[in-house]
Amino acid sequence: MKVLVAAKRVVDYNVNIRVLSDNTGVDLNNVKMSLNPFDEIAIEEAVRLREAGTAEEVIVVSVGTSACQEQIRTALALGADRGILVETDEDMQPLAIAKVLKAIVDKEQPSLVIAGKQAIDGDNSQTGQMLAALAGLGQATFASQLVMGDGEATVTREVDGGAETITVKLPAILTTDLRLNEPRYASLPNIMKAKKKPIDVYTPEDLGVDVTPRVKTLKVEPPASRKAGIIVESVEELVDKLRNEAKVIS
Amino acid sequence: MSILVIADHDNASVKPSTLVTIAAAEAIGGDIDVLIAGSGAADAAAAAAKIAGVTRVLLADNAAYAHDLAENIAELVVALGPDYSHIMTATTTSGKNFLPRVAALLDVAQISDISGVVSADTFERPIYAGNAIATVQSSDAIKVLTVRGTAFDPVAAEGGSATIENVDIVKDPGLSSFVKEEIVKLERPELTAASIIISGGRGMQNGENFALLESVADKLGAAIGASRAAVDAGFVPNDMQVGQTGKIVAPDLYIAVGISGAIQHLAGMKDSKVIVAINKDEDAPIFQVADYGLVADLFKAVPELDSML
Repeated sequence: MKVLVAAKRVVDYNVNIRVLSDNTGVDLNNVKMSLNPFDEIAIEEAVRLREAGTAEEVIVVSVGTSACQEQIRTALALGADRGILVETDEDMQPLAIAKVLKAIVDKEQPSLVIAGKQAIDGDNSQTGQMLAALAGLGQATFASQLVMGDGEATVTREVDGGAETITVKLPAILTTDLRLNEPRYASLPNIMKAKKKPIDVYTPEDLGVDVTPRVKTLKVEPPASRKAGIIVESVEELVDKLRNEAKVIS
Repeated sequence: MSILVIADHDNASVKPSTLVTIAAAEAIGGDIDVLIAGSGAADAAAAAAKIAGVTRVLLADNAAYAHDLAENIAELVVALGPDYSHIMTATTTSGKNFLPRVAALLDVAQISDISGVVSADTFERPIYAGNAIATVQSSDAIKVLTVRGTAFDPVAAEGGSATIENVDIVKDPGLSSFVKEEIVKLERPELTAASIIISGGRGMQNGENFALLESVADKLGAAIGASRAAVDAGFVPNDMQVGQTGKIVAPDLYIAVGISGAIQHLAGMKDSKVIVAINKDEDAPIFQVADYGLVADLFKAVPELDSML
């Protein structure tokens, strides 16, 4: 079976982003870009399925500017077999990305699609679910454990208050939560090998997908900042402040 | 305008996050219908009918809706959806699971986790772990929205007298099925509903040491949370995680113990009314958001705090 992994290029996890002074967005100039961390978990899970003999091929797809080639190469170095870039300079929103991915699913016919549960830039947590809806497939979101069976997958999901286990018919869409696995690091030989792996490039037009944004960003502002607090000298002083100044404990 | 709010409920009662979603719906304005999709959910529907500001309660009571399976709930909502200008639910793991499916089936965008209503088509929402707030405008005919649980003051749970109408639509495409759930039985308040939270981070060193926090939590009636670092280190389960990829909380009092204050953690708790930080590293970023900071060894300070409560 084939596994398709969706991967997004995002501002690196460790970067403290800065809102542009004209409030049009965040400053992406000279900022380190990386694979979305949840997508790294998705790639790891797919590669483990291939290593276990469950999957024959792992394909990684990214949707965005030509710079996304960098993240596809990272995914290939982590073990994906080949890449697909759907190249566009448009502001790609979750619904449009899901439509593009649907077109790739139609083309590749994977048995399983794995995506991150959310991207750490937009924090939308939509794309996997939307893809599942558009493809008419079942979904298992926020997965912390995946067991592949015959024609179905058994998935443990992180839910508010605990965990839930469901079965979902294959093909299906899985989105990853933190505890699904611990992604490996790419080794130097694998980074070298990844350079030779193929990446197919399409445009949304090639796939017949309308990616016109539906949501317009009017402005982006920094959040209201908290006023500076005080350092207390002792636990006694802390308890006194909480009781008598903040009045949050009795 | 008319708004459909899909309730977060446990069949017996309606969760507080629903009251927050209805508050956001009121900020948009228009008639508000509440959908209770569940199994044996008459009590939840009765509770929803009493919520201030609700026009109608739609009760879809069927085994197909017993376990919040996204495929089933989404098709139900899509069947009801075209009558509404807005479809909304709380940003919970359930809402995040089914609502994007609804939006895609209706061929409209979803605006996730709104923290403010500017107008009927324009909303504020946090991006980049809350390090920026975007004001966004939807051009779609139906606005599909999830609502941040800490962003609006909940409406009153009592005072309304909505009619309850049964919905006979049964949708089950058979794509997924429920096997089991392991819901942690809490003797303490739920994180997202607690008025006091005490959280531990990597500084706790191991899971056993969380007993120190439990004792304080018991005295304060507090919930216990954790940073991603503590979860990743295996000290505590993931459902205790507060932060960008965990739960978003805004209690009256948040006590951060041995938490350095990575931006991803701050994203989940910085709207708390009063923040206390206890950390031995005086340069820890948590002190920049704390109202009261105590630079101390938590293994001395927490027992001392415990003894003074």
